[in-house]
Amino acid sequence: MGDFLSQFAELFANYDVLGAFWVNIQLTFWAAIFSLILGTVLALMRISPIASLQWAGTAYVNILRNTPLTIIMTFMFLAVWTQLQIRMSDDFATNFFRFAVIGLTVYHAAFVCEAIRSGVNTVPLGQAEAARAIGLPFLPAARLIILPQAFRGAIAPLGNTLIALLKNSTVAAAASVSTETSTLMREMIESNSDLIYAIFMTFAIGFVILVIPIGLLTTYLSNRLAVRR
Amino acid sequence: MDHGEATTTTEPAGTSPTLGPPLVELKDVNKHFGDLHVLQDIDLTVRKGEVLVVIGPSGSGKSTLCRAINRLETIDSGEIRIDGQPLPEEGKALAKLRADVGMVFQAFNLFAHKTILENVTLGPIKVRRERTSAAKERALALLDRVGVKNQAGKMPAQLSGGQQQRVAIARALAMQPKVMLFDEPTSALDPEMINEVLDVMVALAKEGMTMIVVTHEMGFARKAANRVVFMSDGQIVEEATPEEFFTAPRSDRAKDFLSKILSH
Ligand SMILES: Nc1ncnc2c1ncn2[C@@H]1O[C@H](COP(=O)(O)OP(=O)(O)O)[C@@H](O)[C@H]1O
Ligand SMILES: [Mg+2]
Repeated sequence: MGDFLSQFAELFANYDVLGAFWVNIQLTFWAAIFSLILGTVLALMRISPIASLQWAGTAYVNILRNTPLTIIMTFMFLAVWTQLQIRMSDDFATNFFRFAVIGLTVYHAAFVCEAIRSGVNTVPLGQAEAARAIGLPFLPAARLIILPQAFRGAIAPLGNTLIALLKNSTVAAAASVSTETSTLMREMIESNSDLIYAIFMTFAIGFVILVIPIGLLTTYLSNRLAVRR
Repeated sequence: MDHGEATTTTEPAGTSPTLGPPLVELKDVNKHFGDLHVLQDIDLTVRKGEVLVVIGPSGSGKSTLCRAINRLETIDSGEIRIDGQPLPEEGKALAKLRADVGMVFQAFNLFAHKTILENVTLGPIKVRRERTSAAKERALALLDRVGVKNQAGKMPAQLSGGQQQRVAIARALAMQPKVMLFDEPTSALDPEMINEVLDVMVALAKEGMTMIVVTHEMGFARKAANRVVFMSDGQIVEEATPEEFFTAPRSDRAKDFLSKILSH
């Protein structure tokens, strides 16, 4: 046991484990914010009365949700960076970090959209009708009446999407964000194959520590904020 | 002005004696839900200040009629006019029209995440662009009038059904509508709460509000209605004063229907 602990100590001394997790937290943070915005717009398109918007929203969700994330991330690197030569920052690392955020955002926005739509389904139709009946057009009705209730009904699935996003942020390695956890883990294993259990434990526990509070928080919030009918 | 059927009917005691010009006009209105012909050649005129009760068996198209009047449902053919204006297609003009037509639903449909006061002020502030303080003041006066002012800070789920429906009436009134539609406003209520809602509606009728009320409450129809229309299978089968309709229905379908609602 003591031996095991000293292995951890050695790993933490030689590698910036916390720094790597911090990169994943930052990727998750920004992608969560942007995918929440994009996902909300997509959900609005899908529940809007305009057929072409509905169609576009549905097409987006079906395409992005069914594309492996690795392919999206690789696309960000190969097509957007290498072929189109699009640069988002002069700093190499910042540039790839931003690509990774975009890749994570466009992918998870599809899931956020579906989570919000499941929230919309918890809002009785009469709420939208009452909003229309007092003269609110679609967007104000959505903003003031439907979405506030839908978000409360969508907290649990949104939490699940956030957890998936956090874990999927390790795929950012495919977009060449070289400082994040999965890259560090591979590096550590390559030069310390004798410590493989300790290395696995480090990352497994690290993610569990990050994920559990998200689950607890979303359960708490969805009970706390539930709309009483 | 010609003397249409509405003005020749005998007035129930106590209601506003003079009916104004046509406010809601339906001409040759038809609507289908797939194969179901839910509104069939509906012709109906409701004058300013008139209280019209719509009665008829479940599934006869009463709700669809109400919903068509503020365009929650579109119609296939025919014309609906409010205060002389044809119903707008979509957009701002339609939202404006809906603001002029108050609607009270069977299931109340109060905004579940807003307080009682916010439910009533939301329309005036967001649709009519009233100042918050003015909207609040008027909302409290309306809540007082329907007898739930002391509940203003609560959430809808904390109120009884009767209280919620009275708030829904206040919410509709806050828009200062030209006409109010009531779609079975008391059928979701426990019996002991029906009268508190009907009392508010009777008072409203006496103040001259133009009302179209889908209800089977004969007491309300007798007290407040100028006219009863009986709908069955998507058609208006019979029109009469409440007294005539309830004591001497002419059509077999109305007789049959009345015998069913009277037999318990
Ligand atoms: N959105 C809809 N789609 C299909 N059929 C509908 C819809 N709304 C109502 N109907 C049908 O239209 C008929 C009339 O309904 P409704 O107007 O609600 O009747 P009522 O209010 O008189 O009970 C019913 O047979 C009902 O099933
Ligand atoms: Mg009905």
